[in-house]
Amino acid sequence: MDAIQKNLLEQIAGLHEVPAGAYNFRVNGEGVGRNTTANIDIVTKKDKPGIDIFIKAGTKNESVHIPVVLSAAGLKDLVYNDFYVGDDCDVTIVAGCGIHNGGDGDSSHDGIHCFHIGKNARVRYVEKHYGEGDGKGSRIMNPTTEVEIDEGGYMEMDTVQIRGIDSTHRVTTGRLGKDATLIIREKIMTHGTQRATTDFKVDLDGEGSSTNVISRSVAKEHSYQLFKSEINGNNRCAGHSECDAIIMDEATVSAVPQITANHIDASLIHEAAIGKIAGEQIIKLMTLGLTEAEAEAQIVNGFLK
Amino acid sequence: MLELQNISYSVIENNVTKEILKDISVRIEDDFTAITGPNGGGKSTLAKIIAGIIKPTEGKIIFDGEDITDMAITDRARAGISFAFQQPVRFKGITVKDLITLAAGEKNIKTSGACEYLSAVGLCARDYINREVNASLSGGELKRIEIAMIMARGTKLSVFDEPEAGIDLWSFNNLIKVFEKMHENTNGSIIIISHQERILNIADRIIVIADGQIKESGSREELLPQLLSANGSCKYYMGQED
Repeated sequence: MDAIQKNLLEQIAGLHEVPAGAYNFRVNGEGVGRNTTANIDIVTKKDKPGIDIFIKAGTKNESVHIPVVLSAAGLKDLVYNDFYVGDDCDVTIVAGCGIHNGGDGDSSHDGIHCFHIGKNARVRYVEKHYGEGDGKGSRIMNPTTEVEIDEGGYMEMDTVQIRGIDSTHRVTTGRLGKDATLIIREKIMTHGTQRATTDFKVDLDGEGSSTNVISRSVAKEHSYQLFKSEINGNNRCAGHSECDAIIMDEATVSAVPQITANHIDASLIHEAAIGKIAGEQIIKLMTLGLTEAEAEAQIVNGFLK
Repeated sequence: MLELQNISYSVIENNVTKEILKDISVRIEDDFTAITGPNGGGKSTLAKIIAGIIKPTEGKIIFDGEDITDMAITDRARAGISFAFQQPVRFKGITVKDLITLAAGEKNIKTSGACEYLSAVGLCARDYINREVNASLSGGELKRIEIAMIMARGTKLSVFDEPEAGIDLWSFNNLIKVFEKMHENTNGSIIIISHQERILNIADRIIVIADGQIKESGSREELLPQLLSANGSCKYYMGQED
């Protein structure tokens, strides 16, 4: 890999070198490295681009890294990754995509990830999106994540898009079985004329299932964000979604929450707040010796930390 | 070291000019000055004028011989003025440690240093250092963190706007000790706006502000007995009034 690709890899996966455990690296639309372990197998799909990841039941404390890097301008990459996580596993999955576009053609990566999580399995899923490069071409990412969690399973998903992505439409759906839990934490910052749409839909089908969808975002300059979340309580269940956005400059943020209870014991809550940085927060930090710009940066960084 | 010269501040409400402060002139050189007086008398406005948050309509502010009247908040902070808010501000995602580290500035304090300040204000450092300064903290906890930040800054002038407000009686005893200690150790001036007799009791000098004007100014020995014996004020300064 060259220096640009290595930098992208560090930005999205925090990797300086080849990680321990299973991994699959995809660079400019092609697999460039793969490692499997006794418990984790990675198989290239035959009918379409992408991979199947099989994690044996009972696998504990192992990780899978599947970063994607695009450094060639004007590349359109589409990939389907399916994760089969066996019963009683406890694993970490790190995905993410970095685009460097130095040319004038648009670069895009559409990653479609499906998770099949077995009984009582625990998955921590981390996904980071990052773009750079000074070409006129746009950097576009449209990640789709579909999650199915079996009885007693648990998934925690951290998704971060801090900079450089011109357009994104992220779709995340969840279908939860008995006593299953899905926690989603999203952090987004947009600037310039970027547009970001996020679309969450969680079906709480199983008795005792629960979900918590938390989005924190900052919209700067002329950027646009739309946050949609839909939680359907179809059984005795608990659902909570929260959208908290800081708006700056000429940006637009829209939050469209929807909660539907189809069962008498479904308990659902939605919270949404959009507002500019409170003046008193800036003043407080200025009384500590920070300039107004430094204060603003601290507040935004803290909010998205 | 701080001199207020003919400070006035007025606002226009419904086309009527309302004078909040009228021609305040005072030199603050003592170690420890308490400003007291009835609510709505202009004390907090004066504190904000010193910190640069409010610009006076008239008058001059001299700090260490320099005219700082037109100086912005940031520059005053860097020149050595600290200000503890009466109602501390909450920040989502920013931790207690972040704030104390920012307050300490270039001193580059480590976690142990930040913990010392927290312990000094009666907070168990281990429980608080990584907490977010958000709505999960009570008003009293925030007030103490606010004071710890001022200690971390360690500037020539520290202004506290009613540090006792929102702090329970039990913690108040510790708070008094904090100010006594600050009084002993600091090389600069402390200005505390307070209604509490026990805070007035450790001040070198007391200034009484009412109706936007200085009503009294003098040493504690001169003023305190008079304040406490004034008709109806006893309860007030004993902190028994709501």
